[in-house]
Amino acid sequence: MWRVGTVVALHDETATARTVRLEVPDWPGHLAGQHVDVRLTASDGYSAVRSYSIASAPNSEGRVELTVERLSNGEVSPYLTQELAAGDRLELRGPIGGWFVWRTQQTEPIQLIAGGSGLVPLMAMIRSRLSAGGTAPFRLLYSVREPAAVFYRDELHALSAHDHSVGVCYAYTRTAPKDWPRPPGRIEATLIATGAWPPNLGPTSYVCGPTSFVENVTDLLIAAGHGRENIRTERFGATGERK
Amino acid sequence: MAITSRGFSGRRSATNVKLPPGQYLTTDFPVLSAGPTPHIPLDRWEFTIDDGTDVLQRWNWKSFRDLPTDTITADLHCVTRWSKLATSWEGVSLDVLLADVKTDLPYAMFRSYGDYTTNLPLKDVMNKQAWIAFNFDGADLAPEHGGPARLLVPHLYLWKSAKWVKGITLMPHDKPGFWENLGYHIYGDPWKEQRYSGDE
Repeated sequence: MWRVGTVVALHDETATARTVRLEVPDWPGHLAGQHVDVRLTASDGYSAVRSYSIASAPNSEGRVELTVERLSNGEVSPYLTQELAAGDRLELRGPIGGWFVWRTQQTEPIQLIAGGSGLVPLMAMIRSRLSAGGTAPFRLLYSVREPAAVFYRDELHALSAHDHSVGVCYAYTRTAPKDWPRPPGRIEATLIATGAWPPNLGPTSYVCGPTSFVENVTDLLIAAGHGRENIRTERFGATGERK
Repeated sequence: MAITSRGFSGRRSATNVKLPPGQYLTTDFPVLSAGPTPHIPLDRWEFTIDDGTDVLQRWNWKSFRDLPTDTITADLHCVTRWSKLATSWEGVSLDVLLADVKTDLPYAMFRSYGDYTTNLPLKDVMNKQAWIAFNFDGADLAPEHGGPARLLVPHLYLWKSAKWVKGITLMPHDKPGFWENLGYHIYGDPWKEQRYSGDE
């Protein structure tokens, strides 16, 4: 069943990513980590559908936020990040997915590991925890190309500054800020050992990013002693319009 | 009735290939999995067929690879909407694997390393419709794509083609597997667009 949402706000996260806030009057609600299908239809009836992760926490107001990274060869993401305007209507189907989700009843430590725009569903988990007043200890390890590519910068900064139960650790892969202690590079065993919850605390880990990122991180987690049954993943390939 | 998206014209495929509804063409090979990729040494790999009580057939890697194989050219359709056409595989057909299994049980649960499961009617994997594939595009199947061996059942959405497959449990009644329990369709025919539970 396709629902119609109205665009009520747009916000640029980076030079290539935009957050779209929708109001969906008959939205059935969602869980943090779920995604939606978005359908665009041309005037001659041609349509294209892609999946995007929901960035907003579960709420009862029918508010759905998507953060979309523009792909240069994409069909739907250029429209959502460049053409779409406040007041436009957008068709959605969902929420979809019952595995890569965090529920507010979960009390175990949570390790979030994001690669680039893979942060989006993990941000929904952080927001869900905050809006529910949850106390589960959260850590986010965020692998990102450079400071200018960071999503939700102010919100993440406020989290680590004011709410010490959500620790945020950045791993820059190409360019780090001046005087950053760690040279740019992909996540390695040392960073998992120092920046992630240790296995003896029994954390659940959520890993989202490009395929090669997820393969690398999950191999490191398992090598560090994390049980594979406690690791949930969401991958996107090179076509990548999912998340 | 779809609403029109102001200013959207789309990027139509230049080819005339017919895709299932709602799919778009890709040439790369995206990966979707629920958890970490298992790495299974060949000397510990095995494949079994059971009826829920007794193991009816068992192969190790060597005896499995001694079975006759097919080369397969197949179109793949993923529920996340990409389709990839004319992929080449080598595998052992389920007809070969089930040849000596006498059963009236009409459903099968495919079981994987990493505890993934997916359900299929037995008739959907017979008559050269399904294979246990170990070679993709002329090379050993990579772990992230399901190696050493995965189910290939190309007429259904790709989540049915279970990666890292290790066996079949025959069942008297249909029962949802992993994704089928989490909101995806019990059968998954891409031409009928059976993506999610609730789709007809």
